[in-house]
Amino acid sequence: MQYLLMIYANESEFAAMAPAALTAMSNEYGDFTKAIVQAGQFKAGDRLKPTATATTVRIRDGKTLTTDGPFAETREQLGGYYLVDAKNLDEAIAIAARIPGARHGSIEVRPIWPLM
Amino acid sequence: MPELSVNAAIEAVFRREAGRVLATLIRLLGDFDLAEEARQDAFEAALEQWPASGIPANPSAWLVGVGRNKAIDQVRRDAVYRHKVQHLEAVEAELSLAAGDDESDEPLADDPLRLIFTCCHPALGMEARIALTLREVCGLTTPAVARAFLVSEETMAQRLVRAKKKIRDAGIPYETPEPSMLEERVDGVLAVIYLVFTEGYAMTAGEELIRSEICREAIRLGRLLDAWLPERGPVLGLLALMLLHDARRSARVSPAGDVVLLDDQDRRLWDQNQIAEGLLLVERSLRSRGRVSAYAVQAAIAALHSRASAAEPTDWPQIVGLYELLLRLQPTPVVELNHAVAVSMVDGPSRALALVDSLSARGGIGDYHLLYAVRADLLRRLGRIPEAREACVSALASARLEPERRLLAKRLAEIDLQAG
Repeated sequence: MQYLLMIYANESEFAAMAPAALTAMSNEYGDFTKAIVQAGQFKAGDRLKPTATATTVRIRDGKTLTTDGPFAETREQLGGYYLVDAKNLDEAIAIAARIPGARHGSIEVRPIWPLM
Repeated sequence: MPELSVNAAIEAVFRREAGRVLATLIRLLGDFDLAEEARQDAFEAALEQWPASGIPANPSAWLVGVGRNKAIDQVRRDAVYRHKVQHLEAVEAELSLAAGDDESDEPLADDPLRLIFTCCHPALGMEARIALTLREVCGLTTPAVARAFLVSEETMAQRLVRAKKKIRDAGIPYETPEPSMLEERVDGVLAVIYLVFTEGYAMTAGEELIRSEICREAIRLGRLLDAWLPERGPVLGLLALMLLHDARRSARVSPAGDVVLLDDQDRRLWDQNQIAEGLLLVERSLRSRGRVSAYAVQAAIAALHSRASAAEPTDWPQIVGLYELLLRLQPTPVVELNHAVAVSMVDGPSRALALVDSLSARGGIGDYHLLYAVRADLLRRLGRIPEAREACVSALASARLEPERRLLAKRLAEIDLQAG
């Protein structure tokens, strides 16, 4: 099965991190990503730019409404994701638990519902 | 054999094997609902054939084999399930490779455990875990589970359907957990078993038969886990705790359905064999490796109550010590309250009242009827009758279960009598 692992964290805390801590964390992400690539579990994954760069689009009455900001204001924001291959939920949970962001933010694990 | 007793024997086999047969069918078929239907078909086939042929030597293997074949027929008939046929063919190929004989449907010893770990998976809500465990592992009917939860059958049926859908859609495995996850998953299973037991032990009105069955099932699951993971402190502790409490079951309700408090219970009604087993398990749990578990400490407290008799009074100082240990492991308001009650038996009601008042001043316990009831009792013992009466009225106002309300009403009448 494929699972989307969505990494939620508090952006303002992230922005306030010391440069050394940021470097350490990005190294950890590098190691983690390499490990799941080697294990054949990695399908895709990236960081997202902060929600200040987000734009939300809706069509209402045939008109495109474009607004500044994310779909919902929440305490933690979506900051990145991995798409992984896992045998079952337990394996997906085990992968999610190794994401560096799990230690201060939260990882939402969602099974992919294939379109076809 | 007369027909009636053959049917009774078949029913007994169904009760005993229901969980294991379902667990094995889920492993073979990879689908909860399909496995449930297959089990039902197998039971029907058995009811038709066994009265003439006799009960087979290995009834669960027979039921699994028949259920599996019925499911394969069913799936083949149903084109919508084409992808499942592929899965079944893969399973069949795997089975014939692995076994190479007719024993491939033999239930595996750990099939029931797989099912427990699936039903108690932390990705399910706690209510769903308890409901699934009662329905799928313990084999209670949906109406029985609904009655245990005091919800309508429809609500319970929906809850079960949603839980099974999540198991399927989120890919919750039918497996015992990986070693790296084992510790926390076992803790999670123990929590569910304990809540199942508490559900059965709670003083809800009526339905005594279902509730005692639920307690027996919780104990059975505890034994199953203990057989699979021997000499684990928390497993032994929980099993001991359940056995010791359940041993007092028939003494704690009067024939009229009233609550009988520990002190007033007829000890001849206690199940001494079960107490003896519980006492041995407490010892083993306390001696096992690793940190002592909250279950073991609670079981040790229950053990001290069970040992006490008219000749040998309750060892309250030791109970206070155990509650202090429990408070470190599990600092909850309910434990604090129980600690205060034990303190009142050693140091008197005045020190205990100070503990209870400090607990309620900190909030977090809400309108908990037992807090008021304990306060009422302590105040009564201190001779502060008007305040005792007030606390007892508050207790009565917040108690919901009928037997508890009757007990509190009796207390109130006693206080009024004392007030003259």
